[in-house]
Amino acid sequence: MSKRLNLTLSVWRQAGPSAPGSFMTYHAKNIPDDASFLEMLDIVNEELIETGEVPIEFPHDCREGICGTCGVMINGRAHGQEKGTAACQLHMRKFSDGDTIVIEPWRARAFPIVRDLVVDRSPLDKIVAAGGYVSAPTGTAQDANETPIPKEVADSAMDAAACIGCGACVAACPNSAAQLFTSAKLWHLNSLPQGQAERFRRTEHMVETMEQFFGSCTNHGECTEACPKEISQDFIAYMNRDYIKSQIVNRKLAGQK
Amino acid sequence: MAAPTTTSAVTGGNSASRPLRPTQRKLPFPASLYQTAVGKKWVMALTGLMLIGFVLVHMAGNLKLYLGVVQHQGELIYDADAYGESLRELLVPIVPRTHLLWVLRLGLIGAFVLHIHSAYSLTRMNLATNFAYESKRDWLAANFASRSMRYTGVIFLAYLIFHLADLTWGLIPGYEWERGEIQHNVVGSLSNPVVAIIYVVANLALAMHIYHGIYSMFQSLGINNPRYNQLRRPLAIGVATIVLVGNVSFPIAVLTNIIEYDPSLLAG
Repeated sequence: MSKRLNLTLSVWRQAGPSAPGSFMTYHAKNIPDDASFLEMLDIVNEELIETGEVPIEFPHDCREGICGTCGVMINGRAHGQEKGTAACQLHMRKFSDGDTIVIEPWRARAFPIVRDLVVDRSPLDKIVAAGGYVSAPTGTAQDANETPIPKEVADSAMDAAACIGCGACVAACPNSAAQLFTSAKLWHLNSLPQGQAERFRRTEHMVETMEQFFGSCTNHGECTEACPKEISQDFIAYMNRDYIKSQIVNRKLAGQK
Repeated sequence: MAAPTTTSAVTGGNSASRPLRPTQRKLPFPASLYQTAVGKKWVMALTGLMLIGFVLVHMAGNLKLYLGVVQHQGELIYDADAYGESLRELLVPIVPRTHLLWVLRLGLIGAFVLHIHSAYSLTRMNLATNFAYESKRDWLAANFASRSMRYTGVIFLAYLIFHLADLTWGLIPGYEWERGEIQHNVVGSLSNPVVAIIYVVANLALAMHIYHGIYSMFQSLGINNPRYNQLRRPLAIGVATIVLVGNVSFPIAVLTNIIEYDPSLLAG
């Protein structure tokens, strides 16, 4: 028999993108401590539905920490207090009976609130669409082991590719900058042989698209702390380096030395 | 990328797809670099490095205040004054007196202007893109120095203007300012405890600014090497401490009469 928790929730409620929002207090009673954070919200919502109230809208999908859909500010921290853990993998056993939990949606000008805790993160898609791919219109894909990739390079690319695009880095950043997201998407491809042909074009386009929506990096390091995949800020340095290079390389490629 | 797709499906469109900043017409290289935030951070880091270099040399030059009177070209003179004169005579006779000093000054002024302009413009950008939380944030990595850069920068700029008015232009009353008499002016100015306190406060702001600046510089310039990354914090602490200890020692030394100005020593 698991322990049961009684909690006070302070949840941001907002009916629509332009509707006024405010914190509402809810009592989450008899929550099993092996429930996940999202399951706790499900239990609260069931009760709200039974009493005829509008349930709390919150983003969720796979609930196993790999899709990047969930993510809210929990007591002032993106995805809550567990390092390297998405909100869906945060369990109620990490809280104590009688706790007050403040739940707020991600905040950034580029992430307008859709409803309650759900925000629109489509600017992140715009960044990927600007170059976060490898163009290979060459018929059948070759065997994977045809291109030798050193272990260190594959590891580094994989560390960057771990990004699930949840937007916690933007949410945690005091400037709402998307540097960690963009640099992870860049390094995932820029470090691999397959990504070299488009490396500098990709970097220029993705950075410039990012800057249309998001702020500028001031190297606080909040993003890495918030990231459920613990993606390193080192990738931001690689992005800065490649961006400066791209200004010269891309002009050379275009024949204007 | 499952996340944004799902939320877009919820909205039935993407209200967030409109850029917050319209795309600008691209200027020719290298001005195009300065149009972007990544480029501005690069300029900020490089100009910051130049300014830190100046601060260190300025502090080292001021250490000559401790040397007192020396024999210089056959006459007794305060070593700090002789050092000031040697700066004006850099590369004499290849270039006329004070000319190279002015070239250096113009470089410094240029670095200041770019450093301040990039800070101003990035701050405006960040104020336009961020959205404050209603609930209390729990900061994990941001420190007081990193979060107060714009304030420590402005505090130090205000002090800098006062410092120039006080010791370079002699506009601040309280002592008899004499052009080129460095030892006399510094001792005259810093004997006033109010000026000494302003000096210490400004240098605390400067040390904090330099601490985050040095740590941040490597990241902005894209200098990253797993072997040396762990040295960034100690380097930042080291340089900030050297600047703070060196600079704060001057008002303390003046107030405790370790650094003195005594015209009778010059009469020999």
